Amino acid sequence: MAYTKRFDGRDWEETRPIEAKVGVIPRADGSAMFKIGNTVALAAVYGPRDLHPKFLQNPQTGILRCHYNMMPFSGHGERVRPGGSRRSRELSMVIEKSLLPVLDLSEYPNAVVDVFIELPQTDAGTRCAGITAAAMALADAGLAMKDLISAVAIGKVDDKILVDLNYDEEAYDGPKADIPVAMTPNSGKITLLQMDGEITKKELKKALEMAKKVCSQIYEIQKNALKEKFKVQ
Amino acid sequence: MTDLLKVKDRDIVVPGEILAVGLGFLPGKGTYRDGDKLIAGMLGMVSVENKVVKLISLSGKYIPKVYDKVIGKVIDVLMTGWRIDIGSAYSAVLNLKEATSEFIERGADLTRIYNLDDYVMVQITNVTSQKLVDVSSRGPGLRKLNGGRIIEVNPHKVPRIIGKEGSMVSMVKQATGCNILVGQNGWVWLEGEPEKEIIAVNTIRKIEEEAHHMGLTDKIKDYLEKVTGVKIQAKE
Repeated sequence: MAYTKRFDGRDWEETRPIEAKVGVIPRADGSAMFKIGNTVALAAVYGPRDLHPKFLQNPQTGILRCHYNMMPFSGHGERVRPGGSRRSRELSMVIEKSLLPVLDLSEYPNAVVDVFIELPQTDAGTRCAGITAAAMALADAGLAMKDLISAVAIGKVDDKILVDLNYDEEAYDGPKADIPVAMTPNSGKITLLQMDGEITKKELKKALEMAKKVCSQIYEIQKNALKEKFKVQ
Repeated sequence: MTDLLKVKDRDIVVPGEILAVGLGFLPGKGTYRDGDKLIAGMLGMVSVENKVVKLISLSGKYIPKVYDKVIGKVIDVLMTGWRIDIGSAYSAVLNLKEATSEFIERGADLTRIYNLDDYVMVQITNVTSQKLVDVSSRGPGLRKLNGGRIIEVNPHKVPRIIGKEGSMVSMVKQATGCNILVGQNGWVWLEGEPEKEIIAVNTIRKIEEEAHHMGLTDKIKDYLEKVTGVKIQAKE
């Protein structure tokens, strides 16, 4: 059966409802919450601070360290085993690499900026929600950044290209593809592009066009959340 | 060529936001140029002075600057000095020479002067490119802080807490009778009668929270008069 209508009744180019808030963790140097549908990401930034073990220090520049973690009770049905896993290690690395291009840590030699991304509730699209939250938290921490980063997953289910897959769509039993994209919303440069599944060149181009459009929508939400925290009454 | 400012003075901008278009504007602190556009390089408040557009940072850790007076905590005793935590990414070194004019014998016990966990008001004398920070505790107003309590505030709000020529902090001092020292790194030392100390802490928290409000001094004056019940004489 072809996929003619989305499981949750959304438009093909419509994201799930989004909520964003900055400054949710008082003890952190910067923090943010990003909620998209049933996926909730919390990001906390600590630092720049002293880096140990010492052999990780880089005298040229500060380094960025990301920690991605899905909470045990967060998933769909099955309990996620607590602690790090191969998947979380990989996602931490991927998130770090998607955030680094906009960050300038050269003012902080030998230091580290730690980003902790926690997911208390997940329904697909966690890395994108994590990146989006982390970008807001890094800006909140007052770090030098060329641009923000917005991320969204574009997918293909049967022959339809659609935006922001939820878990049901991700688990669709049939031809499908899942493409998380992170980009700088102002200059339109892509900092993360992964793919799971199969897609044609033409469809990929269309998917990237859609990603650009949706990322600028997400950027507006990020911008408003950041301004909300610092606004003058 | 048309030069166009896209934002107003005192606006809050986020990284990547376009501040101005055209080559007539010059990029100041926290901004950068991309083609003919001037773009925000961090989160901050816009400040336009003539043709220079710069950003005032609102958050983030303290960055050590030469001549800043900061409050630090002794975290290690070294061969010829002390290592001091100044609430930034980098700790500072207080050399023995910069701490006392007395003659100290080689191998003497330095904890007699400053012990671990002591708080000291120090001045930053040097910061290297690798962010090695040197401080001194010799100078007017620099000393060990005995008793009292330390609170941490946002280092970017310190100028408001001190006020013009120290007007804000001296008003709090006068109203509460507490000794107050404010470090540029956002650490504040207070000492006084217990109840008065609490009033002073609450006042400083209030200043921190409302730092960007207009007419803050009058507001804080009213607040202090209300909680202490004593009229504050206006200073000339």
